[in-house]
Amino acid sequence: MIRRQAIVLLALVGLLVATYLWLYKIGVLGELQCGTGDCEYVQTSRYAELFGIPVAFYGVVGYVALFAVGLVGLQPRLATDRRVAAGLAALATVGFAFTLYLTAIELFVLHAICRWCVGSAVIMTAIWVLSIAQLRLPGSPAP
Amino acid sequence: MKGFYLVLVAVAVIGGGALWYGSQRSPAPPAAPAASAPLPVAAADAFHGYTLGSDSAPIEVTEYSDFECPFCASFATVQMPVIREQLLAPAKLRWRFRDFPLPSHKYSRYAALAAQCAGEQGKFWEMHDQLFNNHQWAQTGKNPRSLFRDFARAIGLDLDKYDACMDGQRYAGRLEASVQEGEALGVRGTPSFFVNGRPFTGRATSDDFKALVDSLAKKHK
Repeated sequence: MIRRQAIVLLALVGLLVATYLWLYKIGVLGELQCGTGDCEYVQTSRYAELFGIPVAFYGVVGYVALFAVGLVGLQPRLATDRRVAAGLAALATVGFAFTLYLTAIELFVLHAICRWCVGSAVIMTAIWVLSIAQLRLPGSPAP
Repeated sequence: MKGFYLVLVAVAVIGGGALWYGSQRSPAPPAAPAASAPLPVAAADAFHGYTLGSDSAPIEVTEYSDFECPFCASFATVQMPVIREQLLAPAKLRWRFRDFPLPSHKYSRYAALAAQCAGEQGKFWEMHDQLFNNHQWAQTGKNPRSLFRDFARAIGLDLDKYDACMDGQRYAGRLEASVQEGEALGVRGTPSFFVNGRPFTGRATSDDFKALVDSLAKKHK
């Protein structure tokens, strides 16, 4: 249960980070608080959009899904439900793969690092590790 | 478990509050002025674009262009020098530049404003050339504010006046009027050309413009 709580909490923090980047991308926020990073460079590059949609929005959707499934999975009757664990692991794996792709773009194509993107990548990686770990725990079979 | 939900609510409230606070205090990015913002210069200020070439030239080409568009940059740097030399200098043709910043380009509107603010100081074409000749800014995706200011300095603009013009988006109205005019004429992409008011359907090359001018000149004789 503690792992699932951690996933929910991390998903909420990730959702805030992704929302922050998305709001910047759609012009609601004037500038990113980035310190020494290259947030603006990364966020205004052509890789910051996929199929015409800001990648940060995909992050918002992904974190919302993880948060929602995780929250539902905290119900006592679903605490050991394998379907919830599998759903979280599947969502986290998609998110982790997307994170790897975006980080590779930053490192090898743009040669620039956005701190907020790195933050999101760390959060998604942690969620993935936790979701895989709880998948390996024995659970109750699906009814 | 109750404590965990309290933590969740606290994180959501603090994070959401920070985002809301950020959205209230941050100014809009200079590159993307809101289309609905008040327009300091009336849209209909009887301005119909900067021109190059003689007022007595019998043929006028109107170009609808976007400073961030790569095809416009290519045309401006490759074809336009030949057109200036072979058609504009001998007063065979007059060239009119109209802004048509495409919404898909993040900084084209800002660039168009920079050119208009340079035009206010009599240096529209100098800024036009700076924006197209140094077109790397359009590929990097970086906010070009300081770079455009460097261009303004390089062409000898009064930077205080330039800054005041840019910060106040003084010519946003002109841009809107230009875009509306282009849309009414059927402009869908950039660069688009009209010859004496009629759509030009040839290739956007100096050779095609030269051939067109020659054929029209024969008709006029």
